[in-house]
Amino acid sequence: MSERAPEAEKSWPLWEVFVRGKRGLSHVHVGSLHAPDAAMALRNARDVYTRRQEGVSLWVVRAADIMASSPDERDSFFDPAADKVYRHPTFYDVPEDVEYL
Amino acid sequence: MNAPRSSPLRSDTSPGPHEAVVGDPVAAQYLQGLADDALVYAQRLGEWISRAPQIEEDMALANVGLDLLGQARALLTRVGALDGTGRSEDDLAYFRDEREFRNVHLVEQERAGFGFEMARLLTFSTYQCELYAALCRSSDPVLSGVAEKALKEVTYHRDHATQWVVRLGDGTEESHRRMQEGLELTAPYVAELFDDDEVSRAAAEAGVGVLPSSLRDACTSHVTSVVEQATLAMPATPRWRARGGRDGIHSRPMGYLLAEMQHIARSHPGASW
Repeated sequence: MSERAPEAEKSWPLWEVFVRGKRGLSHVHVGSLHAPDAAMALRNARDVYTRRQEGVSLWVVRAADIMASSPDERDSFFDPAADKVYRHPTFYDVPEDVEYL
Repeated sequence: MNAPRSSPLRSDTSPGPHEAVVGDPVAAQYLQGLADDALVYAQRLGEWISRAPQIEEDMALANVGLDLLGQARALLTRVGALDGTGRSEDDLAYFRDEREFRNVHLVEQERAGFGFEMARLLTFSTYQCELYAALCRSSDPVLSGVAEKALKEVTYHRDHATQWVVRLGDGTEESHRRMQEGLELTAPYVAELFDDDEVSRAAAEAGVGVLPSSLRDACTSHVTSVVEQATLAMPATPRWRARGGRDGIHSRPMGYLLAEMQHIARSHPGASW
């Protein structure tokens, strides 16, 4: 969020909004908004992101409180997983007489 | 479907004992007052789009306005049926003149500062909460249906206004001062909401409506508790107070509001998209 205008820095903090579409699903990130505090952020999220019955539950999180991985770390974070086929259950043959697996 | 036609317990032609009958001018006029309040305030709230402090607040006020517009549409359609003229919601919204509008003065006042708007929204949505809660028991099936749906909407409007009044009142020195000014500006327009007139008395008598004066105490008590929480003061009784809206007597801003709201429909009669 380093591109934020300096003016916005001075006024209201940025909040990330997560909406749960229906019971049983997870909350999904849908966007962000500005609000003076958590209670108003929740209300703004309701007004901006659930106008068309998009959700049954809302989370708001201060953007500043999210620790995100950096694009610079992509190689060391994610690439090593590419050739570890044994981490997928499909890699293993299950003997036919093994029950409850 | 298969009920015997001669059954004494049901009749397809006459309404139930407590149901408003089509061709009921009192009910029509009563509903028109409620509808015009919602319609005119929806128009005022629409003026905030692109002018609120933040784009999030543009959305919030537009949503509130659209909720009110939805209430007005349902009520005006019912008015056209009840008054026997068969006028549509558009006929009633766009082709009546100022003297035929029955809204209170509070909702027609020009958009002023954000503090005034939050004071007005707190006042009006608190009134509507009490009103619709009572009207859920209206003998008019359409009105009770609208009231039940609208009650959830206006409860949110009241919450939105409450959040802001508390934050601005209990915020900085300047926000406190400007929120107090908003309350003072609203004060002369509050009493009119609770005036009983001939129409509301007859509507209450018939079980269609509710006496406005019966809502006053609950409204005052809610607004007072919010104002106190916001460290603000309830305005003193104003020296002048608005009256006459329900009789079609309006203030200067009303004509301009109607001109803006109605001119396209009147310039292009019958146009649609």
